[in-house]
Amino acid sequence: MATLELTIDEDVVAGPVARKRRLGPLFWAAIVWMIFVFAAAALASVLPLPSPTDMDMLERRAPASMLHWLGTDGLGRDELARLIFGARISLTVGVCAPVIGITIGGALGMLAGYFRGRFEQIVVGSMDVLLAFPPLILALAVTAYLGQSILNLTCILGVLGIPTFMRVARAATLTLTRREFVIAAQALGATHARILLRELLPNVLLPLLAFFLLGVAVFIVVEGALSFLGLGVPPPISSWGSMIGEGRESLDVAPRLAFLPAIAMFLTVLSFNLVGDTLRALTDPRQGAL
Amino acid sequence: MNQSALLSVEDVSVDLPTPRGNLRAVDRVDLTVGAGRTLGVVGESGCGKTMLSRAVLQLLPKKAKLSGRVMFDGQDLVRLDPERLRKLRGRSLAVVFQDPMTSLNPVLTIGTQLIETLQEHLELDSQAAKARSVELLAAVGIPAPEQRLTQYPHQLSGGMRQRVAIAIALSCEPKLLIADEPTTALDVTIQAQILDLLAREQRRRHMAMILITHDLGVVAGRTDEVAVMYAGRVVERAPTAALFKNMHMPYTEALLAAIPKIDAAPHTPLPAISGRPPDPTRPIQGCSFSPRCRYAAGPCHREKPALTATESADHQYACFHPIQLAAGVDA
Amino acid sequence: MQDLSPSSSRDPLLKVENLVVEYSVGGRIIHAVSGVSLEVARGETLGLVGESGCGKSTLGRAVLQLRRAVSGRVLFDGHDLTAMQGDALRKMRRRVQLIFQDPIASLNPRRRIGDIVAEPLVIAGVADPAKRQELVSEVLSAVGLDPGLVAGRLPHEFSGGQCQRICIARALVLNPEFIICDEPVSALDVSIRAQILNLLEDMKSRFGLTLLFIAHDLAVVKAVSDRVAVMYLGRLCEVGPSEQLFAHPAHPYTALLIEAIPVPDPDVRPAESVPVGEPPSPMAPPSGCRFRTRCPRADQRCRDEVPELRPVAPDQYVACHHPLIAAG
Repeated sequence: MATLELTIDEDVVAGPVARKRRLGPLFWAAIVWMIFVFAAAALASVLPLPSPTDMDMLERRAPASMLHWLGTDGLGRDELARLIFGARISLTVGVCAPVIGITIGGALGMLAGYFRGRFEQIVVGSMDVLLAFPPLILALAVTAYLGQSILNLTCILGVLGIPTFMRVARAATLTLTRREFVIAAQALGATHARILLRELLPNVLLPLLAFFLLGVAVFIVVEGALSFLGLGVPPPISSWGSMIGEGRESLDVAPRLAFLPAIAMFLTVLSFNLVGDTLRALTDPRQGAL
Repeated sequence: MNQSALLSVEDVSVDLPTPRGNLRAVDRVDLTVGAGRTLGVVGESGCGKTMLSRAVLQLLPKKAKLSGRVMFDGQDLVRLDPERLRKLRGRSLAVVFQDPMTSLNPVLTIGTQLIETLQEHLELDSQAAKARSVELLAAVGIPAPEQRLTQYPHQLSGGMRQRVAIAIALSCEPKLLIADEPTTALDVTIQAQILDLLAREQRRRHMAMILITHDLGVVAGRTDEVAVMYAGRVVERAPTAALFKNMHMPYTEALLAAIPKIDAAPHTPLPAISGRPPDPTRPIQGCSFSPRCRYAAGPCHREKPALTATESADHQYACFHPIQLAAGVDA
Repeated sequence: MQDLSPSSSRDPLLKVENLVVEYSVGGRIIHAVSGVSLEVARGETLGLVGESGCGKSTLGRAVLQLRRAVSGRVLFDGHDLTAMQGDALRKMRRRVQLIFQDPIASLNPRRRIGDIVAEPLVIAGVADPAKRQELVSEVLSAVGLDPGLVAGRLPHEFSGGQCQRICIARALVLNPEFIICDEPVSALDVSIRAQILNLLEDMKSRFGLTLLFIAHDLAVVKAVSDRVAVMYLGRLCEVGPSEQLFAHPAHPYTALLIEAIPVPDPDVRPAESVPVGEPPSPMAPPSGCRFRTRCPRADQRCRDEVPELRPVAPDQYVACHHPLIAAG
């Protein structure tokens, strides 16, 4: 006779361990900043700001005033407006580029880790080749050939990010395919597509997402660096990086022109890093929890 | 308590703080082991036997709180200063763990690990240490011992690695060896060889041994005394023969009955214990075994039975309705 | 079931013919299964026992074609599984299921129990969600779990024993004919093992199953099997009815295994084990009889000639040149 587990009510109803992960004040501060920056960037056009491209030659490098809350830059343009419109650029490139990376890299990584063999060798090999190119030089070459624009910049940075996401996805897939629940699915007669989507993807997605946030942080800095060198978004569109570049000339007179965009970038990158790290820490122990 | 006992665990409790609340891993355990004797500690996962061995070795996780005394060779290990404790471990007090792949350092050769231990505790020079290492490997039954000194753990099979772990444990002639599930990860033919090896070495060196296992079969022929643990407490303790012939604790009886016997006919339904071992973070009121016990009645659900002794003072049990004592209570 | 013609019910349900499975690890070949033939009759439980590295798990997976054999055939109900691919193979898989050793690792940690147990139904094309839920509830109750309490939860909320019940439920939901149990109780506590073994026996009679029970613990295998096959380093040593085999083993390895079992009886002093050393590596198995390096009866013939399975007693076969029981 089958022995029923008579005590199951109390045992099961107890529920999972309360995830009292310490989401400290730093984490929440990061979230607040991120929301603020996103909101500001999204609402930039409807906010009562002076235009970021209007030059006022008489008010060049003016200090903070009622008209210009953060003063003006070297060409008399409103600093605050430029910062907020600059956020748009940084965030657009910073978020969209890794999206390309995670979709293409993630897919390639999962397929490579699942099917192994020749396909895996080709994928890994080509990713290694891509990684071997000095990324900034490649970005330069592409923008020189195709022209500077946000779209081109986003695409090239996205492609440069594919190898890293591929590796993360492949590593996660490799550990998972050995686990018995995948073999169980095969034993049930599931098709490859079903196993990839139903069994593997939900498990691979979390480490990928955690990595995604870290990727955003990296790309914001990369875009900033390229724009600083004058090779990113073309003027007069403001980007934090180009603002820092332009502020170099005024360091002795109006250092805020370089420091304000630098601080903004610093805080944003830090926030993405913090949230990404916390997410990574949160997703790891779950798999071992019993 | 036996005054001549080599190891005396007195009223030891181990508490672990967890997100779910306090976890009482070991609950007021008393045990003794005399010199040259073998104590078997039997229990399933979660019964606290591993935590107990860690408590004896003073190797508990940082967050754990230990209360009670652990008297080893006249000294209280709980209160001993770390330096003296470190000298004691490996020298007089040795351990063999379950998984030799994780208890041996994978990046050091066997020779290095053995020689290191010898040099540390016995202060031998490298020549003498090397010679002694070869002797030890041969004694534990490893063929071609000189060649093994330069090999790494992953080059050996599981049984071989466990023999190496035993060699390291025995290298400094310990007075007490704690073997924590030493053969659980090994095949049955290798298991028999390893257990024989331990018994042989123990006899030769007149060493005391604590054999921790979940397998009643392993303790039956190889121990002098057995302590059965359940939910952090010792629920029965007796000389081995007495335990198997006159078990008093229903859990011991149920555990023995649940093991498939090689001489039983196929398809004989096994008398299984219903339910499962309790969650240590949610202690049960009354006797921990009462939800699963076929003899459970009134007081069993209200209070925890203390360890009481029979007329032969060396057989103890913790039960309100012991079997084979008052025949009329048998259900 | 509807599309495949049923064979005569006296033919064995599973027939493995000379199966050879090898795989390469870092350039070297592991001879996991080297020419194994066996049969499992309808309604019987065949126990397959052997120590680690003997190839029994590989054999179990090879039967299901989860690992492709180098040569040999696997006939299930007369249909050659080794020759099948894709869709036809997937359809056959519904009739044969597999239960694994690690019950917790066998369940996708991010899916709910109800979905996990319903998965085979979805793959088999049972479109109606209500129907699926009904079948899932039925099978969860059959294994002793309350569907209402269990279906919405995640695997990590359950113990090993409960997870194994869930795995058994998943294996039963399509009403298969044959289940391969690959060490189903090794990872469980002693007191839970008995529960799961009883459950398997109960399910077998209730659902009319045929079982291939793979394990390394002889007592466990004997408790549930009608016949037992002993495997060593990729080859079968001995096959016979459980009682008979354990009472009168013909192969020295079987005898060695039986002797090594720790008996929970203090009067039975364990015999001082004969130091037979370690099993050889499956990458370089000995020539002739693979057990000869540990066998006290081995001689030149054992080195030169591979022993074949020969009858040595009614329904008992042994692959040995010097069996413990004389043939006849």
